[in-house]
Amino acid sequence: MHKTKHSTRLPGERSGLLMAAPYLIHLSIFFGYPLLFAFVLVFHRWDIVTPMEFIGLRNFARLFQDDLFFRALANTGVFLVIHIPLQIIVALFFAELLNRKLRGRSFFRTVYFLPVVVSGVVVAILFQRLFAFDTGYFNGLITSMGGTRVPWLVSPKWAMPSIALMATWKNVGFYVILFLVGLQNIPASMYEVATIEGASTWQRWWRVTLPLLNPMLVTVVVLSTIGGFSLFVEPYLITGGGPMNSTLSSVLYIYNQAFSFNHMGYAAALGLFFALVILMVVLLQRRLVEEDIY
Amino acid sequence: MRKALIYLALSAGAVVFAYPFVWMVLATFKPEAEIGNLSLLPSVWTLESYRLVFETIPIVRAFLNSLVVAAVVIASVLVFGSATAYSLAKLRWKGRDTVFNLMLFTMMVPFMVMLIPLYTMIVEFGWTDSLIGLIVPFMMNATAVLILRQSFVTLPTDILDAARIDGCGEWRILFTIVWPLSIPALVTAGIIVFIGNWNEVLWPLMVIRNEDWMTMPQMVALFTVGGGAQARLGPQLAAAVLLALPIAAVYLVFQRHFIASLASTGVKG
Repeated sequence: MHKTKHSTRLPGERSGLLMAAPYLIHLSIFFGYPLLFAFVLVFHRWDIVTPMEFIGLRNFARLFQDDLFFRALANTGVFLVIHIPLQIIVALFFAELLNRKLRGRSFFRTVYFLPVVVSGVVVAILFQRLFAFDTGYFNGLITSMGGTRVPWLVSPKWAMPSIALMATWKNVGFYVILFLVGLQNIPASMYEVATIEGASTWQRWWRVTLPLLNPMLVTVVVLSTIGGFSLFVEPYLITGGGPMNSTLSSVLYIYNQAFSFNHMGYAAALGLFFALVILMVVLLQRRLVEEDIY
Repeated sequence: MRKALIYLALSAGAVVFAYPFVWMVLATFKPEAEIGNLSLLPSVWTLESYRLVFETIPIVRAFLNSLVVAAVVIASVLVFGSATAYSLAKLRWKGRDTVFNLMLFTMMVPFMVMLIPLYTMIVEFGWTDSLIGLIVPFMMNATAVLILRQSFVTLPTDILDAARIDGCGEWRILFTIVWPLSIPALVTAGIIVFIGNWNEVLWPLMVIRNEDWMTMPQMVALFTVGGGAQARLGPQLAAAVLLALPIAAVYLVFQRHFIASLASTGVKG
């Protein structure tokens, strides 16, 4: 059976590289070059029409004095602080309910997952209607029950939380499925042992389910964080970053600098910095979540 | 009793996720003045909102643009991506592990680092306002290669060796032996690329200004933001429904694959 000892003539010494060649060529042109060029661009002022002008570290100096840069970071922070816990709680709740033999299980999964596949543009247009102050569906419901209107998208205090709520609605089905996979990977024997030792349902959940779900929890936190930093369509379409820049997201700010002001160098510097922040936040989260549970 | 509570909670969830879509679809058949009220059904059914969409923007053309872009990108990712995956999984050559690690590295770099340099490059190539600018940068996809590779690794090497002894070239082995044995992985990779590509808005907004080459999500977004809808709510919602329709249809047919495919990207991440 051991045909591996054919190694006098390895399959693919030449064809291997040849078959990977299209990928390698594409990689060097559309990944390698832009990545290197990013580190050139950040030291220049460039409006893409006139020649590039070397300005040393001025883009970075400017960045640290740019209120809007910090504003975008803070906005992302607000988004994540609401979005991540909400998403985890709701997703865990439905995953836990679905993790059993049930009629109609795949129906519920299909419905919960629907907002995930539909374009963010659709969801943004839909929620713009639902959130509208005077004629919106939510405020209609609230006033019909005797409440006062909520300034969902028109108040700087409410706008980002509203967007976080909407993003949670759109994405949570994805995380329900991830947690469901995680729950199904927990061996039944673990629960049996806990039950024999007299653990209550809650204790089993805290002591068995949650710790064993930890790797999935890390994944969910990391993916949500990257998602939060990638937020673009919703503020672009619904609020344009307002009111009073309260929904200006990282990507929207890069977009504005590049396309409203033609500041390619500065926009590239912003991209680099937001990426560094993402990497730092993700590393920190991994450490925190992992320490927290064990 | 317990079971009833579970069903109650699950149904409440279903309402929360499905009802807004139902409301949206029905609202597109309402007269403009009725969209702001709470009723689900229109008092009079009208196609006025859709008429205005089709009259104001070339949305069919945008749909076709999106279709062409998605089709070419998916075909390219499957053909060249699976060649790469096959080479990484089943062939042994110098530098293979380096290439694999490089690929994993590319997946860790946040896209905003590349966004502006890639755009300026597309400008210099003269690819703005053309479908080429939407297609070529995405003809390869590391996630898809990773998924395909993971599937190819599990294939028994014996059948490949047997084919080699029969004088089969590696490309032929890939398409006549590996592909038929890896349909699920190909479907998964195809779906992931399709969803990402079909729903992408930021890149088309950057690269395309000419209405003739806009993708569907881009055109619908600009219709709402750019004032094409003239602040009329019906047409905005109608455009959104038209945008949701193709992917919702594909999703309902392949829902099991969709869910499993997307989940697999997260489970590995």
